[in-house]
Amino acid sequence: MSTDSIAWPQTETAVQPLVDRLHDWVTTVDHKRLGILYLGYALVFLAIGGIEAGIMRIQLIRAHNDFVSPQVFNRLFTMHGTTMIFFVVMPLVFGFANYLIPLMIGARDMAFPRLNAFSFWLTAFGGLLLYLSLLGANGLYGAGNAPDVGWFAYAPLTSRTFSVGHSTDFWTLSLLVSGFGSIGTAVNILTTILCMRCPGMSLAKMPLLAWLNLVMSGMVVLAISPLTAAQLMLLVDRYLGGHFFDTQAGGSAVMWMHFFWVFGHPEVYVLVIPGFAFASEIIPVFSRKAIFGYPVMVAATICIGFIGMSVWAHHMFTVGMSSNANTFFVLSTMAIAVPTGIKIFNWLATMWGGKIEFKTPMLFCVGFLFQFLIAGLTGIMLGAAPFDWQLGNSYFVVAHFHYVIVGAILFTIFGAFYYWFPKMSGKMYSETLGKLHFWLFLIGFHMTFDFMHIPGLLGMPRRIYTYEPGRGWDVWNLIVTVGVVFQALGTVVFVVNLVWSYFKGATAGSDPWDAWTLEWSTPSPPSAYNFSVIPTVQSRRPLWDLKHPDDPDWKYE
Amino acid sequence: MNATSMSLQQQSVARELPSRGHVGMLVLIAAEAAIFTIFVVAYIFYIGKSLTGPTPQKVLTAPIFYSICLLSSSVTIHLAVKALRDGKVGIFSRWWFATIALGAIFLYGTATEWHRLISREGLTISTNLFGTTYYSLVGLHGFHVVIGILSLTVVFTFALMGQVKQEHVYRVDVLSLYWHFVDAVWVVVFTVVYVVGR
Repeated sequence: MSTDSIAWPQTETAVQPLVDRLHDWVTTVDHKRLGILYLGYALVFLAIGGIEAGIMRIQLIRAHNDFVSPQVFNRLFTMHGTTMIFFVVMPLVFGFANYLIPLMIGARDMAFPRLNAFSFWLTAFGGLLLYLSLLGANGLYGAGNAPDVGWFAYAPLTSRTFSVGHSTDFWTLSLLVSGFGSIGTAVNILTTILCMRCPGMSLAKMPLLAWLNLVMSGMVVLAISPLTAAQLMLLVDRYLGGHFFDTQAGGSAVMWMHFFWVFGHPEVYVLVIPGFAFASEIIPVFSRKAIFGYPVMVAATICIGFIGMSVWAHHMFTVGMSSNANTFFVLSTMAIAVPTGIKIFNWLATMWGGKIEFKTPMLFCVGFLFQFLIAGLTGIMLGAAPFDWQLGNSYFVVAHFHYVIVGAILFTIFGAFYYWFPKMSGKMYSETLGKLHFWLFLIGFHMTFDFMHIPGLLGMPRRIYTYEPGRGWDVWNLIVTVGVVFQALGTVVFVVNLVWSYFKGATAGSDPWDAWTLEWSTPSPPSAYNFSVIPTVQSRRPLWDLKHPDDPDWKYE
Repeated sequence: MNATSMSLQQQSVARELPSRGHVGMLVLIAAEAAIFTIFVVAYIFYIGKSLTGPTPQKVLTAPIFYSICLLSSSVTIHLAVKALRDGKVGIFSRWWFATIALGAIFLYGTATEWHRLISREGLTISTNLFGTTYYSLVGLHGFHVVIGILSLTVVFTFALMGQVKQEHVYRVDVLSLYWHFVDAVWVVVFTVVYVVGR
């Protein structure tokens, strides 16, 4: 089937002036444009968060370095964590969900387009508010500018006594605002998937990406809300003299930890489940096979959703909980390895015997498979309470969760960028530059995060701004920092590739990958209304049915 | 790929998908319920942990009349929606107004209670843990009642202008879901604050 025979009437109008085009982007309610806004916004913050990480690594490159002061170091790790979680990965996830879900389920837009725009701008201004702290928080107090309480902001560090000025308030309010945006988007995604599917697309015939985003949105609804509540309580404490987390008046600092992590751990799954979704779309297409065990994949995801809501206190083993609580959270943490393991085996079984094409998206997904496995294994190690007592709050933990967030989530997101870039822009990216990006980033990732485990095992705590020489940490820290250079280079190649391909890339056509889901039946980029006629589907791979009328999928499903 | 979109719609499959408004509102309610859950957990955890008085046993009395008002407003809004569904716009307006009035009476009850607690008992949000958790939880609920009354009033204004007709029953019904949720939360808050916590 030829893939470049789009017969859509070309409605080329004269190029609009820049102001008009900007106005169109700012006032848009189109899910595709909002999706791209999310992605662009997140890439800007990715650069900012990456630079913050780079500065921290320069500071730690050798013992007794004084590249930045301890105070600045505290602000850097707080801003790095907050930025990367809330203003990079969340918008990336929502951006792809926004762009892809209506196209994949055969709808013309999200269920609530205006709510969609509202949610995006809340998230955007939340991020700006966080960085406004650099100017605003200094205020009359002359006491610090950016937030410096760590991304989980444990009490009583956030109380008025220990955090004078307004830096903590900027942190609280920016997360509150962007949290409302996230809840709005989750409401929108859930409603879109449940109410807007095209004829024939029962829940069991949705692309896995839609299923996984359904579960992700459900988790956002149930997990972001506790964070919102906790931030409201913190505001009451700081502005109205409340005592929620004030131990002097009988309040409890541990309550904050519970409220934060009852958000914080499901958040990890909120971020990684869309990563699973990208892998579940990319791996079958580049293995030329249907996904292995679709119903089991769905069941495992729902399972992860449920268990993921009940493992939060494994972040708190070192706090000192009762042995019953410790036992419960060890067991639930171990249990979540089962559905996750099922998924890994399903992806492997999808590749098994397939005609694998190692295009850039597939490379990133294969990297994801190996790295996510290792991240899961160190997760099981840390999930055992006695082991965690030894290594909690060490660089081993930092290495573990970066293995998840970079090695699994960011790798699949890069894969998704390459996979859907032709759809979004209408142009092919450069495969050479894509592969260069992959190998640079892979080398950099492993230099940084493989070797980061070792100083952790040797007892290096996280969040220290410098360390004594002669503890055996020096050489590992040097290697870790050198790895950052490769990651930064890889990311530069990535951005260059996107920009260059957008202007100079070959025309992609509507279906460059010979893929099977509905978004590839639209022209690239899709029209504002997505589908001139709402499609009807009969199987999970509607385009396969169309391309192979002699052997359609619906006969076997 | 024009052929694709053409042949993808060979046959139409008759089926019912849930309505957007109801699903969206129910998901929002789920999110709100999670927020309330955290505040309720905090309230229960801090019962009896205040280091100084006043204590709930001494200063709280159950606002039974006002609670009956709020809970019965769920009945009136249900009757209002039912009347609109049957096309009886006049009856709809009356029941709708009754709902707003009952909500307002409830808020008046909260206001008098807070006034008494603050000016006579000397309990503010910063007095002790009880004050912090009590005003936060009851205040969060009260805030939702206020939002509800404002939304209901918008609809009522349109009704007075003759703009609410039978075809709008779907939107009115979605809004009534929110109001039912606000009432249901009060059952929990009442139980926790005035029964368990006293």
